Amino acid sequence: MATMTYRQALRDTLRDEMLRDENVFVMGEEIGVFEGSYKITEGLLKEFGPKRVRDTPIAEEGFVGAAIGAAMLGLRPVVEIMTINFSLLALDQIVNHAAKIYGMFGGQCSVPMVIRTPGGGGQQLGATHSQNVELFYSFIPGLKVLAPSTPAEASSMLRAAIRDDDPVLFLENLALYNTRGEVPDDLEPAEIGRAAVTRPGTDVTIIAYSRMAHVAAEAADKLATDGISAEIVDLRSLRPLDRETVVESVRRTGCAVVAEDDWLTYGIGAEIAATIQEGAFDHLDAPVRRVAMAEVPLPYSKPLELAALPSAESLVTAVRDTVRATGR
Amino acid sequence: MIVDAARGAPLGTDAQSPPPELVQLLTPEGERVEHPEYDVNLTPEEIKGLYRDLVIVRRIDTEAVALTRQGELGIWASLLGQEAAQIGSAHALRTGDMAFPSYREHGVAWCRGVDPLDLLGLFRGVNHAGWDPKAHNFHLYTIVIGSHALHATGYAMGIQRDGAENAAIVYFGDGATSQGDVNEAFVWSAAQNAPIVFFCQNNQWAISEPLERQSRIPLYRRAEGFGFPGVRVDGNDIFAVLAVTRKALDNARSGQGPTLIEAFTYRMGAHTTTDDPTRYRLQSELESWKLKDPIERLKAYLVKNEMADREFFDAIDAEAKQVGSDLRRRCLELPDPEPTAIWENVYATEHSLLAEERDQFTSYLASFEDVSR
Repeated sequence: MATMTYRQALRDTLRDEMLRDENVFVMGEEIGVFEGSYKITEGLLKEFGPKRVRDTPIAEEGFVGAAIGAAMLGLRPVVEIMTINFSLLALDQIVNHAAKIYGMFGGQCSVPMVIRTPGGGGQQLGATHSQNVELFYSFIPGLKVLAPSTPAEASSMLRAAIRDDDPVLFLENLALYNTRGEVPDDLEPAEIGRAAVTRPGTDVTIIAYSRMAHVAAEAADKLATDGISAEIVDLRSLRPLDRETVVESVRRTGCAVVAEDDWLTYGIGAEIAATIQEGAFDHLDAPVRRVAMAEVPLPYSKPLELAALPSAESLVTAVRDTVRATGR
Repeated sequence: MIVDAARGAPLGTDAQSPPPELVQLLTPEGERVEHPEYDVNLTPEEIKGLYRDLVIVRRIDTEAVALTRQGELGIWASLLGQEAAQIGSAHALRTGDMAFPSYREHGVAWCRGVDPLDLLGLFRGVNHAGWDPKAHNFHLYTIVIGSHALHATGYAMGIQRDGAENAAIVYFGDGATSQGDVNEAFVWSAAQNAPIVFFCQNNQWAISEPLERQSRIPLYRRAEGFGFPGVRVDGNDIFAVLAVTRKALDNARSGQGPTLIEAFTYRMGAHTTTDDPTRYRLQSELESWKLKDPIERLKAYLVKNEMADREFFDAIDAEAKQVGSDLRRRCLELPDPEPTAIWENVYATEHSLLAEERDQFTSYLASFEDVSR
């Protein structure tokens, strides 16, 4: 058991997987000599050389397409897209090719690739560089979308993603890279598609993922001082979605608030709210609430960006209102 | 073929060795040289005006980098070393021409009459580009790499439709030449014979990716495959840049279609203030480019030809210093926007969901005001 950052956990896991399987290689902008914009590939070029750590031209559609081709023929590319915003340039390759090749070739050829990419606002990177568009990928059959919130999950889920035979969009988060946590030695690959109850509680369920799982934990601590016992479900996998864990929790607590790091309208919270009303309608004592970003392009200005992002305070308010609405 | 394993590109390609095709009118030592196709005929006053612009934009840039280091701006992309490419090309523009910048074209902005405070305001996060693009014929900064090449192509097609005698110019870097958008802009503008100049500042580095990661041939030679001329110009030679850009714009205005200009220059600073180039490039490379400094060479020319004396240079330095300190003062005076500003400019028309969120947020803020009273 070692304590390490989310960044270190990703980096060590990448290295382990490259040592384990010579078909695993990494590719992306600035990942070799520069060791990645967020230093996830630190030391890898030195250790594995330029055949397995490939710096690419500034062309996302190009290198994602090339990775798909490599994956179809048996390699296991792990592509880094500098931020999820730049994945929009590769949308056609991801949505129309990576996600569909297996089916359209009648199952003869899968695409075992991983696209690692961080999302997340709060870093003052402006409207085009701060979006959370994981929803686009979570919507697409043929893709898997993982969103770990802790170093241990980052490690076990990246391991699983690399060994998985389907294309995986692996969502990291800029605000999480420096967070620390314990990572067990010899960690097994995670089971893809499993949410986790990360904090048991009795009064209300907060459903969150990635950065919002931490915001939820902060909110739950505050709520505990008010005597509200919040249970937290960390989704961890946005596709496949673990409906069962969500529904079971809400059946116990009788009400729910979704904390999502995206825009409200058509967002991930809408899917969760629909899941809850289908699976736990008779157990609900109050309407499901959602806490999300303001419906505006993320401002670059620091105070404005803070105002637009969902916070522990706004989540606490929403939970209190929800619990009050149950009339208990 | 010998391949450099670390970089993956063939050794000895033109991308790595200085090619003979470089258009140059002023040597790094400040000697005026002839070129069979290109020339400029400038008065001493005009040349001194160019020198003034070069010095002032460098000062603006220095001030902005310092403000960023002090936490007053969120980020800044320095133009250090690229002043001649920007000032030279911008002086080739006529008022009616439209310039589409990336995010480093502070020198072009200066020549288009944009207040540098608006550039700083953008990077300080108090506004989203304070200037009116139509008033200056200078488009907004585009942060996403290469996308605006297509916007410029569309604009140029609009010029064509209107039958106007104007042109569009789009600025991008060597890294952007790998992007699909830039290549599609080449295809489109060639097929449409659009009045556009593609002005590529090849500063040798796309953050940490060197030029040979983008191309096996000199970038200007790409143009031929798309069906229009490409020219490589010494990007640190303001005379050559001015001459080459003028000709390309004239060609565009007179119905001869696009030109790709590759201004061969060097990013003497970091990619942005968040970058540390010592991680991936050699100090000796920077030192060799310092000898080709665009400002020093024009200064040497002015001195050699006795067009300017000590008094002139001192006056320009003093003016630049004044511009810098005024800019710093005005930048620090910029107020942070009110939190409710996030709801502004999301849609051009009223949007019911947004109005609802804004009202909720406003009353949420008001609840704190009540507490403080």
